[in-house]
Parts: sequence; structure tokens; C-alpha cells
Amino acid sequence: MRFLRWLGAFFLMRWLRRGAPPVLPEAAEEDSSERIVPAGSKERRAENLVLVLLALAVLFAIGFIVTYAEFTSRQMPDEVLGIFLGGALVLIGAAFTVVAKRLVVTEEIEEEYPSQHPQEQEKIAEIIHQSGSRITRKRLLLTAGAGTGAALGVAALTPVLSLGPVWATGPLDETPWKRGVRLVDEEGRPILADDVVERTFYTAFPEGADPELLASPLVLIRVDPSKLRLPHARADWAPGGILAFSKICTHAGCAVALYRKPTFAAVEPGEALICPCHYSTFDPFTGGTVIYGPAGRPLPQLPLEIDSSGYLRAAGNYSARVGPGWWNVRSRPT
Amino acid sequence: MSSLRPSGRDGDRDPLLDPVRFIDQRTASAPLLRQVLRYLFPDHWSFLLGEVALYAFIVLIATGVYLALFFDDSTAKTVYHGFYSPLDGQTMSAAYKSVVDISLRYKAGLLIRQTHHWAADVFVAAIVLHLMRVFFTGAFRRPRELTWTVGLILLFTAFLEGYLGYSMVDDLLSGMGLAIGYGVGLSIPVIGGPLMLAIFGAPFPGNTHFWSRMFIMHVFVLPVLLATLIGVHLGLVAARHHTQFKESPRHTNRRLIGVPMFPGQAPRSLALMFFTVGILFLLGGLVQINPIWQWGPFEPWYGTNGAQPDWYLGWLIGALRLMPSFDVTISHFTLVPNPFWGGVLFPLLVLGVLMAFPWIERFITRDPSAHNLADRPRDHPNRTGFGVAFLSFVFLVFMFGAADRLFVLFGFNYNTQLTLFRIAIFVLPPLLFLLTRKICLELQASDAIEEMHEEAEEEGKEHERALLRT
Repeated sequence: MRFLRWLGAFFLMRWLRRGAPPVLPEAAEEDSSERIVPAGSKERRAENLVLVLLALAVLFAIGFIVTYAEFTSRQMPDEVLGIFLGGALVLIGAAFTVVAKRLVVTEEIEEEYPSQHPQEQEKIAEIIHQSGSRITRKRLLLTAGAGTGAALGVAALTPVLSLGPVWATGPLDETPWKRGVRLVDEEGRPILADDVVERTFYTAFPEGADPELLASPLVLIRVDPSKLRLPHARADWAPGGILAFSKICTHAGCAVALYRKPTFAAVEPGEALICPCHYSTFDPFTGGTVIYGPAGRPLPQLPLEIDSSGYLRAAGNYSARVGPGWWNVRSRPT
Repeated sequence: MSSLRPSGRDGDRDPLLDPVRFIDQRTASAPLLRQVLRYLFPDHWSFLLGEVALYAFIVLIATGVYLALFFDDSTAKTVYHGFYSPLDGQTMSAAYKSVVDISLRYKAGLLIRQTHHWAADVFVAAIVLHLMRVFFTGAFRRPRELTWTVGLILLFTAFLEGYLGYSMVDDLLSGMGLAIGYGVGLSIPVIGGPLMLAIFGAPFPGNTHFWSRMFIMHVFVLPVLLATLIGVHLGLVAARHHTQFKESPRHTNRRLIGVPMFPGQAPRSLALMFFTVGILFLLGGLVQINPIWQWGPFEPWYGTNGAQPDWYLGWLIGALRLMPSFDVTISHFTLVPNPFWGGVLFPLLVLGVLMAFPWIERFITRDPSAHNLADRPRDHPNRTGFGVAFLSFVFLVFMFGAADRLFVLFGFNYNTQLTLFRIAIFVLPPLLFLLTRKICLELQASDAIEEMHEEAEEEGKEHERALLRT
């Protein structure tokens, strides 16, 4: 009776595990003498499936080559290339899945987790201790060695200083603006004050200077002069309501490339200069003060004047240093 | 197959023995090779996340080498007269032009470039998911703290590598990203200015050396570092073996139960590899990513609204945007410029907490023992609660990085979002800690009930059988 129950259980187990042939250590021993990897049942249909998947993968690979060869580069359908190459790879992946699930035996093996080796640890310490038996002033020698290493390390690192003008931070403050420099547009054409109209937004550069210097680009706007609330010292910085600010955000150095202007002034906030990176918002009427966002400093303002021919010129240098904050950025601009 | 595997007895030589003998005679590695073939892998799907990262890295190397054959790391100005007519006559850097050409001029170039980009996104995503798995199962504990630490350095190196990858293209978005990177670097107290001058060679946008520096970092230094870290990480995993879940009484802290590398695990891993690589190429072919020809070239005075970096830098954007407006100053010196908090301190804090966590947990739980069994998250309510709270904190910051997109998509007022997120990052994590802890404890309680239930059922059956026998 008990024997029959065991037999029933055994066949039930076999039946339940038919997907992945079970590997009981006993069964392996019975199966054939001294096998390492136990045998499983033959699966011809799975083999056929693998062959079909691989054949399809070959077709996809050929499809890739044909597509590559057939089209000119101007019309190359990269999506078709992707389908063929990615499809071939996925098919191979499917073939390996069949191999894993149906064509190799999945053994479940036990093993001890590796432990540590206290004896070896002691031996290592012993070897090191005993190797120093002829040395009397160990600490001194070790300190001397460490000191030498440190000195050599610092020496080896000094050439790093050649990477840039590290100590000479002057270039960070370089500005091409001074009294009399004419404002030009991106094509280098000088800007007439009369061409600058309200409710729009211009980018201007110093004539003849490198536009890529951070201090070069300006945002230029014209506002109603009666609305200006500039600091007293800047009373004459905005002739005819034309204002110029550095275009480089004082937060993280992006271009202040957005100009907010209310479409319905009664309910919407007033004109402002906004950096699209982190939405630092500067008030042009008060001289570029921060009214929103993370910037920690106002946008530097450039004083303007209009020359006898009507062109815009700088009337001096910025109100503050240009660009994102660093140690020395609040020093007086030179 | 059977014909290839004869018994190997009496003269009937096994042809497979020839290569094996060749290798062993020259390297004396047969015992090691045999050990490798029978190396045991515990069987659980979540253990495969790290493997996905590894395969994405292989794709990155392969596609990256191909791209490097076309990329030009120069900022010398050229005028574009190529296939893409909207950019015709546009002045641009040679770097940007070469990537536009890779995308539109060379056959299959776009496929390779987009696959490279997708692989980078998937690489970091797989590492992050893998990190979460390891955290919530306590697999970082002794004896695997070094594996954990190396993995974290690997992740942060991957952030930098990805950032440089899309920065050196010199399109509008990469320029904006570089400007922010420069601003964040400048904000490091006291040394920011000199440090950025050393890296960029000159004030932003830097001199020509900067472009060769970025290029050599992206295609050589950091990949070699990543490969080394991956090697060390895998070596450490192999030395201590994987953790395993306690699926049966036979799974113990000292006894590992698993599938051997060969023949059981190898085809599974290969299948996963081919699926990963295949899906990355399908993504590269079918799903557009960073169409740089549409953004146009970068100049420091250009910017655009709605620009988003790759997903894994979203948390930094969010942190920069969440900070209130202030610089820390001493007389006219700026000790801590604003971007430092979100761009430097925040990621370093996250890294520091994660790095120190194995030691923090050991200190709090006073448990110095070695653990080879992976925990179910519910069995450690405090750790799981902390993990969820910490993750939610970083995730909220990450989400705020997309606040402008949320505004465009759903019309949520940006200003309201700013206020809500500023409150939420402090309120939600503690609440989630308590909630998660509670859920864990409830799950434990229901486990206990279920166990009692099973025991009772077993007893009942036993009773029934006893009755039947009589």
C-alpha cells in the first residue's frame, strides 16, 4: 500500500515537472554511471523550433544587407534597418530561450557559500611581520616612505596646472565693453536706436569683438521710460527707454532667451527676461533684479548712449560681473 | 549531438578533448574552467537586471566605436551644405556637422547613433533598477559592501559618461547642458573658478583643448574606467556568489542552491543578451531620440524653452530649479553660489547616503554577521520604509525637473507646482516611511496567518487520514 503511494507520488512529481526534467541526485546515479550532467528526454519539436527561429534570423540578417545595399543614403529607411537587425537579434534570443527551457537540463545544485580563511589571514600577517625582522625603526621608515610617495604624487600632479589659466582667473572677468563700443546685431550690422521697438527682443554684440565671449551678448529691449524704476546711479543708462543686459544668466550660464510680455496687461505679470533652463526671471524695469527662480544675483546691466548718427553705443561697462556665480564674481567690474 | 559526445573510453577519442587539452596544457586552467562551467546562479528574475546593464554596455562599446570612426571633435567653424536643407548655409562646428552627417548622410548611421543613445538610457535605467533590487533585498550587507560601493561609483561614472556623450555633439541642447555644467562647476566654493578654467581651458564655451578633452574622456578614459569597474564588480560578485531568497528550508545562509553556468544558465543569459541587444536596435531604428539636426548649432547666446536632458540628469535639473534664490556671500566674496546646492551638494549627498548605508544599517541593527540570504522587503520594515522615503525624495526632485513639461501637457501652473513640490519633498518622504512600514508589518501579519492556516489545514488532513485508516 505504502509502496504504491510512493510510486504514485513519484510519477506525479515527474508529470508535474515534465517541462524541465527533474534532476534528483539519486536519479542521476541510476541513469548512467558517473554522469556529471544528468540526461533529459529528447525534444525533437524543440529542436525544430530552434532551427526555424535561426532560419528566420538568417532571413532578417539578409534583409538588413539587402536594405543597406538597395537604398541610397538619402532615402535609407533606418526604421527598416532597425527592424531587420533588431528582429534578427530578438529571434536569436528566442532560439536561446527554447534551448534554455527545452533543450538543456536545468539542474538544481547545492554548494557551500565560500567562507573566509582565518588561518590564511594569520599567515599573511605573519609573513609581513617576519619579513621586517631586520628593520628597527619601522614607523620612521614607513612615514618617510609615505611622505616620499605624497611628494612624488604632488609633483606628478603639478602639470595639471597647465590645463588652463588656473590661478589667473582674469579671463573669467574679461569684457569687451567700454565707453563708445558700438552695438551690432548677429550679422555685425550696427543698431540704430530708432530701429529698436517696444514689445520685442533683440540680441546685440560689441562691434569687432568675439561674440563667443560670455560678456559679449546682450539682450536689448525698449520699454516705456515712464515705467522705469532704475537705481539712481543708473538714471541715464537707458536712453529713450532702451535697456541692455548681459544675455548670460547669473544662475548657471544659459542664455536668457525668453522675453515675457503680457498680452493682457491688466491681469498678467509685466515684461520680464527669463532663462529657459531653470526659469530665473529678471525685472528689466528695476535694472535686472531677480523676481523669480533660483538666480542669486541680478542680471548685469550695460549703460547705453545714442551717438550723433543715431547708433547705440555702450556708455561704460556692466553694472556687475557677467556669468554664473563664483568666488570672485561680486568684485567690482574692471 | 550524440555523435560529438562519445563515451571517451578505449581509443574512441572525444574530439572535444583536443581544444580542452590545448588550453589546459598552455594555461593549466582546466580546474578553473571546470569550476566556471559549474558556477551556480540562484534562480530569480530580479537578478537579471544587472545583466541587462552589462549587455547595454556591450552595445554602447560596439556602437560607440563605430560612431567614433566618423565623429570630429573639433569646434572649427564650417558652413553646412549637406543633405538636410533647413540647415543649408548655416555656420556650425565641425563636431556638430559630423554628427548631422552620421545621422543623415552615412548609411545606417542614424540607426547606430540612436541605438547608442537608447543603450545609454537603458544602461543607466538598468543600473538604477538593479540598485533598488539590491537595496530592498538587503543584498548590500556583509560580505558584499565592496560590490555595492563599486556599483555606486559605476553608476555615477555612467552619469558623467552619458552627460559628456550628448555634450560633445555641440547642438543647441548639448550647449545648454554644457553651460549649466559650467555654471554648476563654477559654483563649487572657492575653487570653482580655477577648476572650471582648468577643465574648459578658458571661460565658457572653452577653448579647442576642451573639445579634445571631452572626446578623450568620453571615448577612452571613462569607458575604460567603466569597464574596469564592471570587471571588479563582477569579480566581487563571483567571489562571494549571488545572494538567494529563502525559497525553501534548503536555502540557508551557508548553502547556495542554483543553476550551473553550463548548461543551465548560459542559454538563459545568452537569450537575455540577444533580447536586450535586439530591443535596443529596434528602439534605435523605430523610436526617434535626440534629432540633433532639428535643434541646430549652439552659440552661448542661443537657448530654447522646453529643453530636457536625458532622463538620468532630470533629478539635477529639478534640484537646480527647486532652490530658492540666494547666494551665500561674505562681504563681496560669493562663498556658495546657488547652483551648488542642487547641482553639487544634492547628488553628493545622495551618493554619500547610499555609499554609507551598509555601515549605517550595521551600526543601527548591531548586526555584524554575514548575510547570503536576500531579504523579502516586508521582513525589514525600517529599511524598506527608509528606501521608499529616500527614493520618493529623489523622485519628487526628478519630477520637478519636468514641471515645465507638466505645465505644457496638463496645464498645471508652474508656480503652484513649485510651491507644492517644495512642501512635498519634506512632507511626503516621512509619511511614506510610516506608510511603508505599516504595509510591511501588515504583510508580515498576513503571512503569519497564512502559515497558521496552512498548518491547521495540514493538521486537519492528517486527522482525516487517521480517521480513514481506522
